[in-house]
Amino acid sequence: MLLSETISNTPNFFYLAPWVVFFPVIGLLINIIFGGRFSEKVIGTVASVASGLTFVVAALMVLSLRAHPEGATIPLAEWITIGELQLDWAFRVDTLSVTMMMVVGGVGTLIHIYAIGYMHEDVQYKKDPKRYRRFFVFFNLFIAAMMILVSGDNYLMLFIGWEGVGLCSFLLIGFWYEMDTLARPSTANAMAAKKAFVTNRVGDFGFLIAGMMMFWTFKSVQFDNVFLAAEHIAENQPGIILAITLFMLLGVAGKSAQIPLYVWLPDAMAGPTPVSALIHAATMVTAGVYLVARSAPLYSLVPQAQGVVALVGGATALFAATIAVGQYDIKKVLAYSTISQLGFMVAAVGMGAFVAGMFHLVTHAFFKALLFLSAGSVILGVERGHHHAAHKHHRRGDHHGEADFDPGDMRNMGGMRKTMPVTFWLYVIGALALAGIFPLAGFWSKDEILAEATALNFTVYILLAVAAFFTAFYMGRQIWMVFFGQPKHEAAGHAEESPLVITVPLMILAALSILGGALNLPGVHTFTEWLEHTFEAFEVHVHVGEFNIIVAITSTILALVAIGLSWLLYGRRTVSRDQPDPLKRILGPIFVGMENKWWIDELYWAVILNPYVALARFTADVIDGRFWHDWFHDKVIAGTYQWLSKTFLDAWFDQRGIDGFANGLAQAVKELAQRLRGIQTGFVRNYALSVFIGVVVILGYLILQ
Amino acid sequence: MLPVTYYVGLSAVLFAIGALGVLIRRNAIIIFMSIELMLNAANLAFVAFAREYGALSGQIFVFFVMTVAAAEVAVGLALIVAIFRTKQSIDVDQMSSLKG
Repeated sequence: MLLSETISNTPNFFYLAPWVVFFPVIGLLINIIFGGRFSEKVIGTVASVASGLTFVVAALMVLSLRAHPEGATIPLAEWITIGELQLDWAFRVDTLSVTMMMVVGGVGTLIHIYAIGYMHEDVQYKKDPKRYRRFFVFFNLFIAAMMILVSGDNYLMLFIGWEGVGLCSFLLIGFWYEMDTLARPSTANAMAAKKAFVTNRVGDFGFLIAGMMMFWTFKSVQFDNVFLAAEHIAENQPGIILAITLFMLLGVAGKSAQIPLYVWLPDAMAGPTPVSALIHAATMVTAGVYLVARSAPLYSLVPQAQGVVALVGGATALFAATIAVGQYDIKKVLAYSTISQLGFMVAAVGMGAFVAGMFHLVTHAFFKALLFLSAGSVILGVERGHHHAAHKHHRRGDHHGEADFDPGDMRNMGGMRKTMPVTFWLYVIGALALAGIFPLAGFWSKDEILAEATALNFTVYILLAVAAFFTAFYMGRQIWMVFFGQPKHEAAGHAEESPLVITVPLMILAALSILGGALNLPGVHTFTEWLEHTFEAFEVHVHVGEFNIIVAITSTILALVAIGLSWLLYGRRTVSRDQPDPLKRILGPIFVGMENKWWIDELYWAVILNPYVALARFTADVIDGRFWHDWFHDKVIAGTYQWLSKTFLDAWFDQRGIDGFANGLAQAVKELAQRLRGIQTGFVRNYALSVFIGVVVILGYLILQ
Repeated sequence: MLPVTYYVGLSAVLFAIGALGVLIRRNAIIIFMSIELMLNAANLAFVAFAREYGALSGQIFVFFVMTVAAAEVAVGLALIVAIFRTKQSIDVDQMSSLKG
């Protein structure tokens, strides 16, 4: 009783909502203006504090929401008024948006702190310390854009945040745009950034179409207006809602890396590891899931669209999981794992299990950020070991400098549980959480999705269950390859543990990965009740995820079997670069497919990109170059003008007209003078006679007048 | 006393003779003399009318004319002498170098 009274007396902090955007903007402005004089530590601290303050604001929102669960809309400024369209720049505070704020602010802050240490070593390694400040400016900018995305009160604000995070993603993937991981000149990172950007444009095109159709149909893009009118529209024109939701799905596929637009995410791992963790695992890529959850009142009106979304998610989950099995790069495995897990979330929100999807979003943010950051710690450790080993060889005068040494290749690692024990334990926690082992966070959230799937869409359940099996397998494979066995390269043997600024945020994330499941334990349903306030406002039925013991046992057994299999294949022996992968001997061509990502990139090149490039060449060379430039411009326009000026203006108008007039005038004067010459006889008496006659005539005139 | 008509008639005859001389004679000296004749015809008319009307202005004007005539003689004869020196002739019809 006392507790609930305290809660209802809690002051209302909703008016602080705009500060989730203001704080990171202030942080980045400070770093832009004064950062040149700051040391690395101050720059990192400013950025982290800015991010941390957004988390504080988000936490205050949680407190206020517990007292006033209906939430609030905080208008900041009038924005657009065109005809019937009236849009305000307003912040929407409800349980759904605040959940996202908590994840972005919380995980974001931890990754900011981690990045202080990580980027310090990274800029030293790449020998460009001045770029340190730029990284944190981009990072703060990302937080601001993500906060606009999740807190906007209408689809247009959401779209602006959506584009903003896309821009930050582009900038940060291409952060080392002119060099590769070993600071050699390379355009690979810039290419990866471009790929991400262009692929996302395809999805954004779908989102834009959806937004325009929405405006056309509802005359508004404000959430409440759209959702309230949706039911009426759905009765009269169900096709329009279906089209809107499907176009929106294209946007979701772009941002949340679903089939067919997932190809950019693995390449996006070219960015520094904190970027992979924050943007390409924990927050930005979940924007698509948030969009579907936010649009729940629309999706729940069209079961066909829900089916498509769920199927896309399920197929992506399984497809990406198979690719992850065949990868050797530590971050690539995690990238495909992220795509797969995003598939789980999209499938969940697609089926209508919005709470389960959001729950998995939150727990995945914890353990995937943990995994990425630990992987970054591993890579740094290997780099330190490589540096150490190279130094030793140098002293011995032994120059076998391996120019192509890849610090992220798992075939160079092994035995690192001894050299990096803290990172090892953190990694294991993240991997077990991802694999869905009881009682870690991933177990509860993944199981809720699977349990819902058995009831809602059994095809998707099968896809997801198989994907979960692969998930446990590739995580086991990774753990054995990286941390167990003998070091396959002396760099791994000499790896050193990372400093506290890197490991402490990881420990916090590990704790969250262990305890995150407590958010929504079966029977308690804290998270379900929390989100119900948002969904039920528009009569979206929230499934209370019934704990299904059969599903839970099945998936646990599958995960344990997968881990056991991975131990049989990878745990008992050391796999080096020279030998083929043990799985290849068993699966043969199937493994080659997994290894080569099922040749999807090659397929896109052959089917879309090559014809497109050829078309572009054709338009440039033939249409533009030869037709427009050479023929139309040079021949038709310039030629006609030249002809006109030569024959008409020059020969006719100028030479005949103007010259003719001037010459004719001169000729006339000349001829007149010729005639007048006769008068000038030279005889004095003639002149005298003329004078005489003149006098007579004048006098005669005067007299006779 | 003779009426003024007679004087004016004589003046007109003298003027006509002078004008005719200027127009038809080719000798520069003769032309020059004809001009003098015309001037003096004008002088005669001036004094005749001056006496007729009892006004002095006509007589005063005659003095001006005589002065101008004297100056004209000085310049004109000098010109004729200069022409004669170069052309060995004072026939005005031979002086046609300004012919157009």
